[in-house]
Amino acid sequence: MAGTRGYVNRRLHSLLGVIPIGIFLIQHLTVNYFATRGPEAFNAAAHFMESLPYRYVLEIFIIFLPLLFHSIYGVYIAFTAKSNLKNFGYFRNWMFMFQRITGIITLIFIAWHVWETRIAIGFGWAELNYQLMEGILTEPFFFWFYIVGVVSTTFHFSNGLWSFFVSWGITVSPRSQKIMTYASIIVFVALSYVGVRTLIQFAYGV
Amino acid sequence: MSEQKTVTFIITRQDHPDEPAYEETFEIPYRNNMNVISGLMEIRRNPVNANGEKTTPVYWDMGCLEEVCGACSMVINGTPRQSCTALVDQLEQPIRLAPMTTFPVNRDLAVDRSRMFDSLKKVKAWVPIDGTYDLGPGPRMAESKRQWAYELSKCMTCGVCLEACPNVNSKSDFIGPAPLSQVRLFNAHPTGALNKSERLQTIMDEEGLMGCGNAQNCVQACPKGIPLTTSIAALNRDTAIESFKSFFGSDQRI
Repeated sequence: MAGTRGYVNRRLHSLLGVIPIGIFLIQHLTVNYFATRGPEAFNAAAHFMESLPYRYVLEIFIIFLPLLFHSIYGVYIAFTAKSNLKNFGYFRNWMFMFQRITGIITLIFIAWHVWETRIAIGFGWAELNYQLMEGILTEPFFFWFYIVGVVSTTFHFSNGLWSFFVSWGITVSPRSQKIMTYASIIVFVALSYVGVRTLIQFAYGV
Repeated sequence: MSEQKTVTFIITRQDHPDEPAYEETFEIPYRNNMNVISGLMEIRRNPVNANGEKTTPVYWDMGCLEEVCGACSMVINGTPRQSCTALVDQLEQPIRLAPMTTFPVNRDLAVDRSRMFDSLKKVKAWVPIDGTYDLGPGPRMAESKRQWAYELSKCMTCGVCLEACPNVNSKSDFIGPAPLSQVRLFNAHPTGALNKSERLQTIMDEEGLMGCGNAQNCVQACPKGIPLTTSIAALNRDTAIESFKSFFGSDQRI
């Protein structure tokens, strides 16, 4: 059947956004939050993650492959939509468009972020420590670039979590979807706080 | 009253499916309790535009004139809806009429909604009971369930939900919310449920259920108040279970 592949791709795209990418996002922001306890705490936490056993397997199958699939297929999804906010300015329609816009912003941000950190470290151009991030984030342009990138990522994840619950038939009734909207707002605010707080720590040392 | 009140219509017209669209303005005398269709009928009676030039009468589709057939849907002041229930007194002037953009235009405001009827065929939106012998009466349906299913059965294939959907456009093959909700209706029917899997399989692709992006404009736009997004979420659940069953195999497949 011609349609089966499209069906599996969509299901996979929806699943990978939360498991494992969403889980990884929470873990990543949490580990980075150690920075608020000072450079030593951050270095220790980062070193622990860096020295996990079979690290490359974890990175490839939990981070890079799911992320590549989700982003490439996501760009395709984003560009098949045609905005009609002018005539239909409903809340969910705005969220629909924001999900696509933040998806593209997040893709640009993550591509740059991976290049500047993981790839640079992999090639030995940089070393994973507090000073690496401090060096990047004390530049005002990159501080704001990271603020936009992190908030866009947490929005894309939180709102994506809402659609994940609809796409898998977990929240079916309007009431359950409304409650999930509130829950996703809480997730967005909480994760954004964790992310932005860490960025401020690196940039201003407070 | 010294001068007569008038109503202004700005209508997007198209003489032929292959010809470009253009706008024409009409000014017609106001009457009490006018709807958009009676305005169009007035233009048909006296096809003279606002510049006083004689023109061809504006063409549109209509049927029941009581919002149950879906034929007279058009975009009125930016909102897709039925022109029979669009009352002139409740509309901002000038009243802008345009054909729905989701469908190919036949002429002026009349569009070809064939794709919706093709979608109903694709999703097998019927209960198959034809055979070589009398199958007898079907199982009874609980009254509460009948009332619930009646809401879904109000769909008149008018096309407003497709017009409202940001994922139904020239770049995608998404069939739109209306035919999807019909799958839920016929799967809920006690006899229709005998072909539940078959119907679910027809929407398990990108043109079907997976085309939905949860913008939820459809449920806001539907003139019949059909819970389209609830239907889609319920089908998401059904197809998720269906795909597990068809992939791993099950002792409970129908």
